[in-house]
Amino acid sequence: MADDPRGSFRAGVVAAIPFALAGALLGLSFGVLAVKAGFPVVAAIVMSAIVHAGSAQFAALAVVTGGGGIPTAVAAGTLMNGRFLPMGLALGPSLPGGPLSRALGGQAVVDASWALSNLGDGRFDRHKLYGATALQWCGWTGGTAVGAISQGALGNLDRFGVDAVYPAFFAALLVLELRSRDGASRGRVVALGGAAVALALSPFTPAGVPVLAASVVALLALRRPDGAAAPHHHAAAGTGRTPAGRDGHDPPPAPPEAA
Amino acid sequence: MSTATAWTLIAALAVATIALKAAGPLVTGGRTLPPRVASVIAVMPAALLAALVVTGTLVDEDGDLAAGADAVGVLAAGAVVWRTGSVLRGVLVALVLTAALRALS
Repeated sequence: MADDPRGSFRAGVVAAIPFALAGALLGLSFGVLAVKAGFPVVAAIVMSAIVHAGSAQFAALAVVTGGGGIPTAVAAGTLMNGRFLPMGLALGPSLPGGPLSRALGGQAVVDASWALSNLGDGRFDRHKLYGATALQWCGWTGGTAVGAISQGALGNLDRFGVDAVYPAFFAALLVLELRSRDGASRGRVVALGGAAVALALSPFTPAGVPVLAASVVALLALRRPDGAAAPHHHAAAGTGRTPAGRDGHDPPPAPPEAA
Repeated sequence: MSTATAWTLIAALAVATIALKAAGPLVTGGRTLPPRVASVIAVMPAALLAALVVTGTLVDEDGDLAAGADAVGVLAAGAVVWRTGSVLRGVLVALVLTAALRALS
């Protein structure tokens, strides 16, 4: 799949431009907040450089500014990052090499890069992932540096609609995913389910848990392994009497290893 | 907050994040996954993207449901992408519409 690693990397860099810009603006507000909360300027920048997970950094910062302890702050940030686990599970098969190089490759996962490099058939273009993350890392870390040093001279950036960029981007990718693929009908069910789970949990669980929990909805695919041309009613799916597995050897009740 | 607190927090969160990002590829990498597991992975983006969209637009800082200008912008982005297939156009529409609605209100 990666016959042109350099081209893929470059494509990732280019595709990530809007997110690097949005990330820079968000990083700017993170830098301002972190220093205001008592972080040394260097610490704020180092945090963005080595953690590189915006929502987790905001969450952890909010806990310590609110008087919470370090364990609570780390727990909040880690919950926020919980989605990187299912994202990494999905990415894993697309990363070659031994455990160490795969673990390193996994470090490149951030939301936009992961979504951009998704090829739509369960595989990922890892070079595109790396390219997209490289540019976003520059945006996020650079923005933090400017914010930490300038101390909010630019004021509140929400008025520019920057907070809409990431959700709009995810919505865009979701729409593409649902409108063109073979598995669109199954994808729609899973997307609706994921959205419902996330919304239902949001008022009651710490930030981050709703998105993590939504990934569990993907297990619905186990019930309809083919998905593609599935009819609206799928009563037959659980009986083992569906006309034919598309690849001819998957009676639904069989254990996964049976193939 | 003391400087030591800041650095401790940074180190701990960095370690936790690195471990979390390494875990997935360590579990599923380097082997051929059974078709059923692969089909779960194939729909994972739909579940996660949908959750990121709704939590990013319809949930406020306290976890309560709330819709504002950004929700309108994101909805418009979805419609634009559905019709045109252009991600960039959708994101730009969301950005401009959200900023415009905030400027008006």
